[in-house]
Amino acid sequence: MTRILLVAEHDGTTINPSTAKCVTCASELPDAEIHVAVLAEDGASLASEVAGLTSVDKVIQVDNPANSYPVAAILAPQIVAIADGYSHVFGPSTTFGKDLMPRVAALLGVNQISDIMSVLGSHCFRRPIYAGNAIVTVEAPAGQPVVATVRTASYASAADGGSASIEAVSVDADLPGHTRFIELRSGKSDRPDLQTAAKVVSGGRALGSAENFDLIYKLADALGAGVGASRAAVDAGYVPNEMQVGQTGKIIAPKLYIAIGISGAIQHLTGIKDAGTIVAINKDGEAPIFEIADIGLVGDLFKIVPELEAAISS
Amino acid sequence: MEKILVGLKRVVDYNVRVRVRSDGSGVETDGVKMSINPFDEIALEEALRIKERGDAAEVIVVSIGNSDARQQLRTGLAMGADRAILVETDEETDPLSSARVLLEIVNREHPGLVLLGKQAIDNDNNQTGQMLAALWGRPQATFASELVLDGNLAKVTREIDVGLESIEVDLPAVVTTDLRLNEPRYVKLPDIMKAKKKPLEQIPLAELNIEASARISEIAFALPEQRQKGIMVDDVAGLVAALQDKGLL
Ligand SMILES: Cc1cc2nc3c(=O)[nH]c(=O)nc-3n(C[C@H](O)[C@H](O)[C@H](O)COP(=O)(O)OP(=O)(O)OC[C@H]3O[C@@H](n4cnc5c(N)ncnc54)[C@H](O)[C@@H]3O)c2cc1C
Ligand SMILES: Nc1ncnc2c1ncn2[C@@H]1O[C@H](COP(=O)(O)O)[C@@H](O)[C@H]1O
Repeated sequence: MTRILLVAEHDGTTINPSTAKCVTCASELPDAEIHVAVLAEDGASLASEVAGLTSVDKVIQVDNPANSYPVAAILAPQIVAIADGYSHVFGPSTTFGKDLMPRVAALLGVNQISDIMSVLGSHCFRRPIYAGNAIVTVEAPAGQPVVATVRTASYASAADGGSASIEAVSVDADLPGHTRFIELRSGKSDRPDLQTAAKVVSGGRALGSAENFDLIYKLADALGAGVGASRAAVDAGYVPNEMQVGQTGKIIAPKLYIAIGISGAIQHLTGIKDAGTIVAINKDGEAPIFEIADIGLVGDLFKIVPELEAAISS
Repeated sequence: MEKILVGLKRVVDYNVRVRVRSDGSGVETDGVKMSINPFDEIALEEALRIKERGDAAEVIVVSIGNSDARQQLRTGLAMGADRAILVETDEETDPLSSARVLLEIVNREHPGLVLLGKQAIDNDNNQTGQMLAALWGRPQATFASELVLDGNLAKVTREIDVGLESIEVDLPAVVTTDLRLNEPRYVKLPDIMKAKKKPLEQIPLAELNIEASARISEIAFALPEQRQKGIMVDDVAGLVAALQDKGLL
C-alpha cells in the first residue's frame, strides 16, 4: 500500500492551488492513500477546504501558534513527527516546498526527488534537469520514505467534490526559536495569479522602463491575463521579483502565453514549455523565441502592443 | 565572525546547451566548458563583500568533486577567497552526502556563516543547503536577495513566490543565494597568478567517514518534448485572426 503524506501550502486563509496539483500527482501512484497535513495556527477552515478535494482520504490538522507563518525550520520537525508509517512525503515545488521538503528529507535521512513531472510507479518518476534540457527517469530506493516535490505546472488541479475525514493531531516536537519571521512584502494585485492564470502576458528588457511596462499591464487587462516578466526586466527594476518567469522564477502552464520583447533564453523558455499556445512579439526576426513560438510577429512592440490592445478591446 | 564557508560546485557552464547522449546513458559532458555554478559565484561574492566590510576574517571555499574541481577552486581563490578545500571523489555525491560532507567541514572549521547556491544548475536539485542546515540543527535562509549581518544575527530577504520575505536568523546559519543578491566581480589576471600561492587542501572523501546514504538512481536520460516552430503573421490583424482561430480570443 502506498501511503502518501502531502504537505499543504496555504497563507493562513486559503489553500494554495499547488496543493490540489500535488494531490493529482499523488493520485497517480498505484494504490495511493492520500493524507494531507495542514499545519497552521488555526487550520479548521483550511482543513475543510482540503477535505473537499477528490482523492484526498484524510486531512491531518496540526494547529500550533508557531505555525502562524510557514518557517521551514519550525515546520520540518512537526512533519517528521507525523511522517511515521507513510511510504511517501510530498510537497509542492513552489518556494514554500523547495525550502521545506529537503529539510524534512534530511531529518528522515533520505535524499529527495525534486520536481516530479510524471509518475511511472510508486518509486519511479521523471524529472527535468539542466533547466529542462534533459529529462531523467529516477528510482527511489526501497525500504525508506520517498520524499519529493511536485512540479506543479505538470499537473491539473484535483477537482472539488471529495469528503475526506479530518483528524486534529497534536504534535510533540522541539521547535527551534533560531529563525524568526519579520515581514512579507507582496505586491497585491487584482490581476489573475501568474501561476494559475489561463492567459499570461510577459514583458522583457525591451520595455525599457517601469513606466513603459504599463503597455504590458494594459494588454493583459484587455485579455484578462496575468502578467509575467523575464529576468532582465526584473533585474532592471521594471517589475518586482514575483513576476519572473523561468528556471529561477515561476514555471507556468497557461493556455496562452504572449512574450513581448523577450529574446527567449533557455532559462526563460524552461518556465513556459508547458504553455498551450506561445505568441512572440519581437523586432528581431532571428530571436530564439521564434523557434518555439506557435505564432510569431516581427516588429516594434511600442507600435504593435497598443494596436493589439485596441483590437482586443473593440 | 572569524570564518565564512562557501560551497563551489563545478558544473557545465550555463551558456552550454547540454546534449543527451544518443544511448540515453547520460548528458554529454566531455569537452564541454565547465564553470563555477553561477549561484555559488554569487555566494562567494557575498562572502568577499562581508569580509571586505570587516565582518569576517577568512573566506574558505570548498568543493566536493574530482581533481578537475581544483580549477574552480583556483578561480574562487583568484576572486579573493583565502583558502580552498577539495573533498576528492570520482563519483558525484548525492545531495544528502554532500550535506554530510559539508557538515564534516563545518565541524572542523566552525564557520559563523555557510553560503551556498540555491541550486546547482546541473541537477537542479535545490536541496543541499536545506539539508546541511537540518543536519547541523541550525537556521536556513534560502533564496536570499539581501543579507545584512548584525552581530550574532543575520537579516535575510528571501525571494519567494508571493514577493519578498524578511526573516531573522541566529548565527551560525546556512544562507543560499538567489540571482539578485549581487553581481560577482571579474577575476583579474594578476589575481590568478597570486591565487596559485594560496593553500588548496585536498581531502579524499573516504577519509571523512561519511555515513553512506541510499542514492536515487538515474535510470535513463531523454530529451524533453520539443516544441515546433509555428507560423509567422504579418501584422496585428493576422495575429488577432490566428488567436481567434485557436479559440483564444
Ligand atoms: C542561472 C541563470 C538563471 C536564469 N533564470 C532566468 C529566469 O528564470 N527567467 C528569465 O527570464 N531569465 C533567466 N536568466 C537570464 C536569461 O539568460 C536571459 O538573460 C534573460 O531571459 C533575458 O531577458 P530578455 O529576453 O528580457 O532580454 P534580452 O535577451 O536583452 O532580449 C530583449 C529582446 O527584446 C527585443 N526588442 C528590443 N527592442 C524591441 C522593441 N522595441 N520591440 C520588440 N522587441 C524588441 C530584442 O530583439 C531582444 O530579443 C537566467 C540566467 C542564468 C545565468
Ligand atoms: N559537489 C559540491 N561541491 C560544493 N558545493 C556543492 C556541491 N553540491 C552542492 N553544493 C552546494 O549546494 C548548492 C545546492 O546544490 P543542489 O542541492 O545540488 O542544487 C550548490 O549551489 C552548492 O553551493
